Amino acid sequence: MNIEVQGPKRMICILDGNGDVTFSISESVVTGWLVILIVLALCLILTKDLKKIPETKRQCAAEYIVKTVNNMIETNMGIDFMRYAPYIAAVFAYIIIGTLISMVGFRSITADISVTGGLALMTFVLITYTKIRYNGIGKYLLSFVNPLNIISEVATPVSMALRLFGNVGGGMIITIILYAALGAASGALYGVFGIPEMASGGYFFNIFQIGIPAVLSVYFDLFSGAIQSYVFIMLTMAYIKMGKE
Amino acid sequence: MEKEALLSAQATVLAGQAIGAGLAMIAGIGPGIGEGYAVGKAIETIGRQPEIKGTATSTMFIGCAVAETTGIYGLFVAIMLLFANPFLKFLGQ
Repeated sequence: MNIEVQGPKRMICILDGNGDVTFSISESVVTGWLVILIVLALCLILTKDLKKIPETKRQCAAEYIVKTVNNMIETNMGIDFMRYAPYIAAVFAYIIIGTLISMVGFRSITADISVTGGLALMTFVLITYTKIRYNGIGKYLLSFVNPLNIISEVATPVSMALRLFGNVGGGMIITIILYAALGAASGALYGVFGIPEMASGGYFFNIFQIGIPAVLSVYFDLFSGAIQSYVFIMLTMAYIKMGKE
Repeated sequence: MEKEALLSAQATVLAGQAIGAGLAMIAGIGPGIGEGYAVGKAIETIGRQPEIKGTATSTMFIGCAVAETTGIYGLFVAIMLLFANPFLKFLGQ
């Protein structure tokens, strides 16, 4: 049984004279571009020829999405923060499509700690901005007189990044281990019936790998991914709102 | 170092990493208890006031996610130990 869990691959590399990689763009970034294109295409399709009174289902869907996000911001952050609605919706769309893209065979971009770290860093910048804007820079710096506050300040983005990465990446690893275990189980079954292995080792077709992983995939890919993206934006909103106080 | 001594040292390090990964996942107990408690309380609330089902459910998910954090730290340490082999480099080749 051979289990290989790999990080994101290097997709685009620039080599120097000796064949060493000087600059590389990882799989997550390339998939991220694809996600951005998907989101852009959705935006263009949904907002095509809008009417004052909606006639098409497309426009109803677009209005529903915008209304839901605005409601969420209003109940969770208050009316002062309505200008954050596009940012929150964009981050949500990026995370949820980037996570659920694993359903069609790509590697989830949020199973890479660099991506989740970057998203958490954006939240951190927004929190700090809100704190300085509403309380003044003097009060912000004064809060670091107690050095424990530095730890709690840093712990916020770290925990947000690790939470998203741990859930999605852990689900991915469990899926890989499950595939390996089911492959071993089918190998044992084939051994009972005396079906020979291929020359390269392993079997061409593992009977237990049909259907069974789909059941777990519903939880680890679909449910967990959706919940974690929701949690990420909810925590972003909560932290930004807390920065005002 | 001689080859056999190096091999046995590597085996010891790998065994230690595997045991450590298993021990790190003991951290899963805490979030399990905490999330179960949170969900139980949320269901009690919904039973008492069914009209706030939406708010209670979304708040419960946030609470569960925050309670999960320590377990995720444990999972992260276990993943590091299993797949990144951080201690093999101390052997010195």
